[in-house]
Amino acid sequence: MTSLSQPETFDCRQIFAQTLIELARQDERIVIVCNDSVGSSNLNEFKKEFPDRLVNVGIAEQNMIGVAAGLANSGFIPFVSCAGPFLSGRALEQVKADVAYNMYPIILCAQSPGISYGELGPTHHSIEDFSWIRALTDITLLNPADPKQTKDAIHWAVQANKPVYMRINRFKIPKTTPETASFEVGKALLLKEGNDVTLMTTGILVPRALEAAVILEQEGISARVLNIHTINPIDKEAIIAAALETRGIITMEEAMTTGGLGAAVSEVVVENHPTKMRILGVSHFAPTGSASFLLDYFGLSVENIVKSASELAG
Amino acid sequence: MTIIQKCLQKDDPERIAKLSQIASEIRVDIVNTIAAAKMGHIGGDFSVTDILVSLFFGVMNYKSQDPQWADRDRFILSKGHCAAALYSVMAKAGYFKHEQLNEFMKPLSFLGGHPNRRKLAGIEANTGPLGHGLPIGVGCAVGASLAKKTYRTFVVLGDGELQEGSNWEAAMYGGHRKLGNLMAIIDRNRLQQGASTEETNSLDPLADKWRAFGWDTYELDGHNFAELLNVMEAPDTGKPKAIIANTIKGKGVSFIENRVEWHHKVPSAEQNIQAIKELTHS
Repeated sequence: MTSLSQPETFDCRQIFAQTLIELARQDERIVIVCNDSVGSSNLNEFKKEFPDRLVNVGIAEQNMIGVAAGLANSGFIPFVSCAGPFLSGRALEQVKADVAYNMYPIILCAQSPGISYGELGPTHHSIEDFSWIRALTDITLLNPADPKQTKDAIHWAVQANKPVYMRINRFKIPKTTPETASFEVGKALLLKEGNDVTLMTTGILVPRALEAAVILEQEGISARVLNIHTINPIDKEAIIAAALETRGIITMEEAMTTGGLGAAVSEVVVENHPTKMRILGVSHFAPTGSASFLLDYFGLSVENIVKSASELAG
Repeated sequence: MTIIQKCLQKDDPERIAKLSQIASEIRVDIVNTIAAAKMGHIGGDFSVTDILVSLFFGVMNYKSQDPQWADRDRFILSKGHCAAALYSVMAKAGYFKHEQLNEFMKPLSFLGGHPNRRKLAGIEANTGPLGHGLPIGVGCAVGASLAKKTYRTFVVLGDGELQEGSNWEAAMYGGHRKLGNLMAIIDRNRLQQGASTEETNSLDPLADKWRAFGWDTYELDGHNFAELLNVMEAPDTGKPKAIIANTIKGKGVSFIENRVEWHHKVPSAEQNIQAIKELTHS
């Protein structure tokens, strides 16, 4: 990975835990339901201050989601905090029936998603969640890129009064969201103007897309960079504009390309203004390696983003 | 060997007679509802009828004209395929008009094949896939204690449904939390869709299992109102309660009782007449 500087980086789990404590002080309806994940979700401080409002069901994810639904029925706003693969996969039918179909205001927080568990292997990689959750109706699917967006997304979800699934990323990333930017669900955040190609990315890959855009600029290619923090509902307007105004679109996701961000963007593109696309992301069970290694392995390195963009712009 | 708690029978003939009369009318409504829809799960509807009647007309606090009343007791029909029985009970309890039972499973109806809280206020949870009701009930019971409210939560499960592991996750946690405001009632009719439960994946000794998970467990006749009411109205013991209600699938109609093929068979016109005759003259 080419790095132009070494900015300060952040683990979004910290801001998640801190934000929930702040909100819980103001709103008695906020409770957390988790599955023996108090430590890994960074919830010890919350537990200390609100012992009754941290419902730890043990290692039982299906029950965890059902309990959250029952708490929502009782007037609470439950945050479910659980490692990504076991939240979306292990309890998928409960997410569908108990959360989405019931339309309960539950905020499903997928901790350490994507391939952030690197060496622990594919059983612990949550790379199918975009596809699975996107296929469920009535769940808003968010993937905040940095601490500001994580905090903004949590604040939005508390007042949304409907089901929300969001990733809480652990892979350390720099801030990329301007302090003045508002968090509009369903609206992509334009991070850089550009006329030749559009880089559409999400979550921890936003810094890599920005870095690639700088290199592309040096090569005479003007790249638009969009942070798609809301996978569902997708920002059709921004996608159609990119298809019309630039010569191609590259999507990048720390997720399976079958049914994820790239698929969501393609659906809008083919129905509105077909254009060339490159869909970068995870395509098969990962080999052993760190998260950083695996991002590169799956073609999500800055170099490969630059190469793909150059080909499309050419 | 576990000693099963025996419930005391409180003799109140007038109340029991009234509930029996309501149950008989509910079973007629179920027959007519299924006949109109040409679909339904008549066997399980009949086995669970007396349990539902005990709850809705004997035990639970609710306001059918204010179904979101915050202090209402929560009821979850985990065996959601027996929606016709629940709808018949809810119609009689005043949640909607009796004649609307004819809309059961018609296009765009609010009375779908499985309960839907978005369509019918008073339904607490959309059920259908088995093994979902008890975890939600545990959440309601935890919620009541967190909110310092006194409402109770009742979950009715099918016995075959207990083959789903999620129930045991919930049973373990309900016992751990000592949820005295929670009751699981198992409609133990011993038949599932294709065969008996004991042939398929045996559940016995069922009471021992619940007791081992920390529940006060009662085994009784699920068609005996006195036995049902005595346990349902028993005071909080600081533990969740499990009732294993021994029932007869298809209870009340001779040619349906205990016959596995009647899980979701629809009676013919002649059979409907015969069923109603048996239900109204017994």
